[in-house]
Amino acid sequence: MSFLTMVYAYLYYFAALVLVVGLVYKVVQYARTPAPLKIPTTPAPTTRTGVVFRMTREVVLFESLFRGNKWTWIFGWIFHFGLFLVTLRHLRYFIEPVWLPIKLVQPFGVYGGMAMVVGLVGLWSRRFFVDRVRYISSPSDHLILVLLIAIGCSGLLMRFVFHTDVVAVKSFFLGLYAFDPRPLPSDPILLLHLLLVAILMIVFPYSKLLHAPGLFFSPSRNQVDNPREQRHVAPWAKRLEQE
Amino acid sequence: MAKATFEVPELSQYIEVPAVTPETMAHSMPFVAKPEFQEPLGFPGELMDDWQQKAIGKMGELLGKYRSLRVYLDACVKCGSCTDKCHYYLGTKDPKNMPVGRQDLMRKVYRRYFTLAGKLFPKLVGAEEFTKEVLDDWYSYYHQCSQCRRCSVFCPYGIDTAEISMAAREIMDSIGVGQKYCNEIIGKVYKIGNNLGLPGPALADTLEGLEEDVYDETGVRVRYPIDEEGAEILLITPSADFFAEPHVDGLIGYGKVFHEAGVSWTLSSYASEAANFGMFIGSYDNMRRVAQRIREAAIQLKVKRIVFGECGHAWRVAYSFLNTLAGPWDFLDPRYPVPQHICEFTYDLIQRGKLTFDKSENDDKVLTYHDSCNVARASRMGDTPGGQFEIPRAIIRATCNHFYDMDEDTIRDRTFCCGGGGGLLTDDLMELRVKGAKPRVEALNNVMQEKAVTHMAAICAICKSQFTKVLPYYGMEMDQIVSLHQLVSNAIVLTGQDTEGDDEDETDEAA
Ligand code: HEM
Ligand code: HEM
Ligand code: SF4
Ligand code: SF4
Repeated sequence: MSFLTMVYAYLYYFAALVLVVGLVYKVVQYARTPAPLKIPTTPAPTTRTGVVFRMTREVVLFESLFRGNKWTWIFGWIFHFGLFLVTLRHLRYFIEPVWLPIKLVQPFGVYGGMAMVVGLVGLWSRRFFVDRVRYISSPSDHLILVLLIAIGCSGLLMRFVFHTDVVAVKSFFLGLYAFDPRPLPSDPILLLHLLLVAILMIVFPYSKLLHAPGLFFSPSRNQVDNPREQRHVAPWAKRLEQE
Repeated sequence: MAKATFEVPELSQYIEVPAVTPETMAHSMPFVAKPEFQEPLGFPGELMDDWQQKAIGKMGELLGKYRSLRVYLDACVKCGSCTDKCHYYLGTKDPKNMPVGRQDLMRKVYRRYFTLAGKLFPKLVGAEEFTKEVLDDWYSYYHQCSQCRRCSVFCPYGIDTAEISMAAREIMDSIGVGQKYCNEIIGKVYKIGNNLGLPGPALADTLEGLEEDVYDETGVRVRYPIDEEGAEILLITPSADFFAEPHVDGLIGYGKVFHEAGVSWTLSSYASEAANFGMFIGSYDNMRRVAQRIREAAIQLKVKRIVFGECGHAWRVAYSFLNTLAGPWDFLDPRYPVPQHICEFTYDLIQRGKLTFDKSENDDKVLTYHDSCNVARASRMGDTPGGQFEIPRAIIRATCNHFYDMDEDTIRDRTFCCGGGGGLLTDDLMELRVKGAKPRVEALNNVMQEKAVTHMAAICAICKSQFTKVLPYYGMEMDQIVSLHQLVSNAIVLTGQDTEGDDEDETDEAA
């Protein structure tokens, strides 16, 4: 096993560990923290099913953002939908045999990659040109966009200019499952792509990327509007009643 | 026009999003509570020596108690969707009044002490130590949020800056930095029973006066009872309803509606306040203590139902929190929701054809309706989502011939705050209140120009007081703001009421 393969193998074990442990920790923390009061932003659904619909619209369509700002919505949605297609396309490196839907999505994944970069560039330009957004941006907000754009561009470069041996890439990752890494091609663009992806995985649980799990735990979106019908008391508030 | 020591913003045709102009409102701070106002609420009297450590400790405690706070501080992606949604930003141009700007005052402290990234790379992620300067900023800008939740409507994660303001105020209270206005008032509720400090006998007097007024005007003996054991309904209403204009006209209206419904009702001198400022300061304990008074009054007066008068945040606490804070209500009549809003009550009677109106009584007015934030975005009326918008409008349509809504972008769940909510209705924040009212007044001005609207109805004591005070700064009349039940009161035809013509004879006979 070459030195390079070994470094990347360890890097990916580490990154995967941080991502999984970090996310599980956060999700458990969110789930365990009580929401003592009913605070859905109304008008809100009065049933669980209604809440599922509301959340689905938020996750799939970014409904509230659509009402709030059309430009951010269009760029944001293009980026996330592109990212979604790219993720589906990438599954082929990680599963064997490759499922039919993943096979079918392959060509769209490439367009997804382009869309993703376009969306990101649009979002980034807002951070320069809209004074309010410029004011609220800290260096990390810029860096995360740079990181994602760099991942997208390095990927597209591999796809269109400096091809790499995707079969070898796949066998490297499948090898990781069995703790038996196979040689990783040493194309610089691939190495860059993978390095950046590992960084993304590591920062995920420590950054604003927590918006992805966070959305599902947001009380103003996920609560049912039924406070008069059903008494809602958090465990720590119950203790006050026993006093 | 009222004299102002600051520049009153100019109204424009459309909402204009101002360019970021830092620190325009850094000087705005409400009076700090003296120890005598802090201690009855269980807070230290003045800023403690080790306040920084205590504050961080308190923040940690709240992070473990409120999922909202935890998730909201983590989740913001700085997308900017909320930046132009706050009336205080639109009216003051100060970027710390952008909802995310306001949140960031706490988020930077949170990141510094509670996140790995903030501990390792504070500069990179905008994390900062909790210094005295930061605390001053907190005091200033967390008292420039009316907790109206408009920002949460447009945030992709529903981040509600009100939750963060409440937590910030709770943290500040816990280290001895309280706001005089709110804390003094909560103390009055504990001592006397209501925000205005009106004792029981004064209330009884006022109510007697109302009975006489209504009798003189209509020839019908409408009752305004207080502390009557065994009444069916306990009415909880903001104490402003007892005397201030236009609030009291609303109270007169509730009485007439109950009269026509033929139900017995009563006020309580012990729980003579619908408002619950415990919410504004984010204190679960104080909010619960205030709410418990309603439970005690209901038990003591052996009522079967509870109805709330016109008040925005009170209805939020009542509708969304009362069951949590002071329930369960299993000793009340299970056929009715607990509590009910007076609008739900009136609307139901209208639906069942129990009320007769002479709409022409309101023909001297062309109306519009202001959705109060807490009713619009933090509660409901009736059985279906959005009832809080439709029910009050249906009542206006039933009682008035001329009604026009303001621009769609400024009503219903997108309504603009009056500028005085959230514990900011105090003279020491007048500049903020006037500037914060700008977007709402702008929309009002537009329907005045386009539809010849003369009056705006509201169902919130704070909105009514705020507009009464603020409209004159914009060259409007203070009495352009009216209570919804004032319209009901004007139009309702009481059973046995004198008709216009023989008005005088009958009063003569009675005299
Ligand atoms: C449940 C899944 C997700 C949902 C519902 C979601 C939703 C959103 C929304 C509504 C925004 C704000 C609009 C915008 O700026 O685009 C946003 C921003 C962002 N999302 Fe996501 N997201 C999800 C997953 C992810 C993932 C997996 C990543 C990263 C790999 C990501 C990266 C970002 C970034 C970097 C931004 C900030 C863009 C900017 O700087 O303007 N999101 N997300
Ligand atoms: C360990 C995870 C990853 C591996 C092994 C990987 C590997 C690759 C490879 C080999 C290609 C070239 C495909 C070709 O030549 O046809 C590629 C392309 C690409 N990658 Fe990745 N990548 C990973 C993660 C990611 C992530 C997380 C993103 C996005 C945030 C991303 C975005 C892209 C894009 C946009 C392209 C170009 C379009 C395409 O071919 O799909 N990659 N990636
Ligand atoms: S809750 Fe209202 S006042 Fe507070 S930041 Fe949001 S929009 Fe502004
Ligand atoms: S809308 Fe929500 S996520 Fe976007 S900047 Fe405002 S608070 Fe943050």
